[in-house]
Amino acid sequence: MDHLEIIEAKSIYILREAYKHFGKLGMLWSIGKDSTVMLWLAQKAFFGHCPFPLIHVDTSYKIPEMIEFRDNLVRGHNLNLIVHQNKQALEEGMNPEKGRLVCCEHLKTRPLQEVVKKFGFEGLILGVRRDEEGSRSKERIFSERDNESNWDYTDQPPELWDQFKTDFKKGNHIRIHPLLHWREIDIWEYIRRENIPVVDLYFSKNGKRYRSLGCYPCTFPIDSDVTTIEGIIEELENTKQTERSGRAQDQEDAYAMQKLRSKGYM
Amino acid sequence: MREKLSIVAVGHVDHGKSTLIGRLLYETNSLPDGAIEKVKKISEQNGKPFEYAYLLDAFEEEQKQGITIDTTNLHFSTEKRDYVIIDAPGHKEFLKNMISGASSAEAAFLMIDAKEGIQEQSKRHGYILSLLGIKKIYVVINKMDLIDYSEQVYTGIREKFNKFLSNLNIFPLEYIPVSAFNGENITKKSDKLSWYRGASIIEALDLIQKEPEPEHKPLRFPIQDVYKFDNRRIIAGKIESGTLKAGDEIAISPSGKTTRVKTIENWPGPYDRDYVSAGMCVGITVDDEFFNKRGEIISLIENKPQRSNIFNVNVFWMGKNPLVKDKKYKLKLTTQEVQCEVFSINKVIDSSNLNVAENFYQVNRNEVAEITIKTQDVVCFDEFADFRGTGRFVIVDGYDVSGGGIVLQTDDTLKNRILEPKSTSFKPRPGLVTREQKEKKLNQRAKVIWLSGLTGCGKNEIAVKLERKLFELGKTVCYLDSANLRFGISSDLEFNEQGAYEQTRRIAEIANQFINNGIITIVTSISRYKKSRESAKEIIGSDDYLEFFIEATENVLKNRGDAVPEVYYEKSDYPVYSLFIDDSEFNSDEKADLIFDYIKNLL
Repeated sequence: MDHLEIIEAKSIYILREAYKHFGKLGMLWSIGKDSTVMLWLAQKAFFGHCPFPLIHVDTSYKIPEMIEFRDNLVRGHNLNLIVHQNKQALEEGMNPEKGRLVCCEHLKTRPLQEVVKKFGFEGLILGVRRDEEGSRSKERIFSERDNESNWDYTDQPPELWDQFKTDFKKGNHIRIHPLLHWREIDIWEYIRRENIPVVDLYFSKNGKRYRSLGCYPCTFPIDSDVTTIEGIIEELENTKQTERSGRAQDQEDAYAMQKLRSKGYM
Repeated sequence: MREKLSIVAVGHVDHGKSTLIGRLLYETNSLPDGAIEKVKKISEQNGKPFEYAYLLDAFEEEQKQGITIDTTNLHFSTEKRDYVIIDAPGHKEFLKNMISGASSAEAAFLMIDAKEGIQEQSKRHGYILSLLGIKKIYVVINKMDLIDYSEQVYTGIREKFNKFLSNLNIFPLEYIPVSAFNGENITKKSDKLSWYRGASIIEALDLIQKEPEPEHKPLRFPIQDVYKFDNRRIIAGKIESGTLKAGDEIAISPSGKTTRVKTIENWPGPYDRDYVSAGMCVGITVDDEFFNKRGEIISLIENKPQRSNIFNVNVFWMGKNPLVKDKKYKLKLTTQEVQCEVFSINKVIDSSNLNVAENFYQVNRNEVAEITIKTQDVVCFDEFADFRGTGRFVIVDGYDVSGGGIVLQTDDTLKNRILEPKSTSFKPRPGLVTREQKEKKLNQRAKVIWLSGLTGCGKNEIAVKLERKLFELGKTVCYLDSANLRFGISSDLEFNEQGAYEQTRRIAEIANQFINNGIITIVTSISRYKKSRESAKEIIGSDDYLEFFIEATENVLKNRGDAVPEVYYEKSDYPVYSLFIDDSEFNSDEKADLIFDYIKNLL
């Protein structure tokens, strides 16, 4: 087995464990490259089916092409999609100018907490990767959240071999991370090998492309002329910029992601 | 596609794990822009000297307190291949996190501070590596700059530590002297260590041979789930060892049912080869759609996993509460989940010095123990030494994974048995010579040839001829005649139904001892009750039990037996070999030959 086959098998195993253990299971889909690969892996794991709903936490500040891509894919594959927004916060005019971390909390963390409660999810599949940033690098594959979605990252349970945390207190939920062991370059090499469709924003237009996708006020494209997947892979092999350097919320505070994620952020 | 190897850095706190990793990232040009500047800034803010560890210790608590709490993964590359290096905490209180990190590694750096020497966690971590089955280990003797790059100190540590590790059957690939902070002997050999003839860290890494997936071992395919999303009924799971293709005859344990692989399924299209193999997560359909469920293990018919409810294991305990007897836990082994309890605690080992503790009542956090586990239902497993994937497990206490462990050797006479012992003051003990070795020496495979039939049917005449025939062919053979046993071991039994059941049980137990010592065993026993033969088969194991029914006509029985009572023989529900006798003057040599023809290829 080559490297991609090994990491693919591991993800499939994790997805099947999640499906077996959690009656109420959903998969967060941000429309970005990672969660789109994850959707592909789910179809592999379940032989062409996706037996749980996808959840999109829509901040209303997503780049329009993302929403278009989302709706096309859902129609094409007949997927069950839950779109959730914090309507109240939006009506009250929440936006990044009130503070990026405040905005993330109201438009991403809170609606995510709400969706967990509303549908009673016991398991939530997320496409985070260890190499994205520090607090994710310390994650477990099956990671427990309490009933307010808090993460006790200083006392995580042991996780060994293919045995995951599947016993937990009622009201809590488990975040499942099938892509935790993938690197950014693995994602692109896999997209190339499997021919997985991704949103056009990753490819250069007028000398700029997005390397990581998020809300338009807080996500900035990088300088690049790359218009093909091969080009992206080559660019990644040579860059020393971090993947999320164009994500403004990460730069707000040295421990911004740790703080956001300990309260339930993805 | 480039190869990838995972390696974990372990060792006592402050012996330089994070520094070595930081240095490796720096030397292999794997750090993103601004990372070193960021570390400098954090070091200044915290009023501390420059510390590579800040690259890995991402949590605020870790950076402020200068400790590694949880494990992390980092990537770097050499010309040969890519690496993921796992940083594991060295504090005793975070041992569970160390184990979480180390459990996914293929190789390890075990760090020792040259100045401080071997410490508690150096030994404990060494022990944990041996339990996790990590054999590719480099001992890295760090901070050589603090002892003037002294060969004498290096040799002293090496000799002392080697003595300790060899007791654990760990034989390090090399002891590498380095100064991680100063970058000596990291990418290339250092002038300051001219006396050292081995490889530098990077050279040593590239020398490691990656272990291939165990494709050439017997098939182990635990069922993870069964799907029916469309018209296919797909059995899904990960192949732990071996290979599998359409048409293979398979057995499903513990039920023992057999069927055939119909198709190998994949999405979006079929695989580009006609078999699937160890490491892959696959789906199959089978010919006979009987009920299958998660936890069962698929194997080829001739090599099944063991199944039992009592077995010996080594465990490392990470729970907040100690592991105790008389408490229910959950055992998770492959995809099986079963209630279990501690049957006996045989040895508690202080993993930092290998002292065997006196206290056999409980296993405390961070201790390692050899225990006997008893499960509520039958579990399928293998010995860890032979099969990784099906030989290891975790124990859940309440909501928490609290222990991990590996299955040790089971004595051949107790293999595949459901045991209900009355006392926990003893434990199953394995010997030093296996059945396989004994069979090899005797140049035979041991089986029980069980001849049943009513009094006067002629089974005894046939058995003695068969024994002589096997003996003359050079086989080592034993004949257990039920009637003879009634004079001795069973002289206490009455001639009634209860006595008959007990007599059959005793013969089966004795026969089981013989075959597990490599000896072909012929049994003659009336064993007229179906249930008693079923339990004999259970004790001996269906693969080793060959049942022959000697069916004589009523006339024959009348002519040959001494005043035969009116008794009835209950036939077995499973297929058995029958010999029909309708002549009181039958030729017993011919009948023995018939049996011999049937069994000769099995011995």
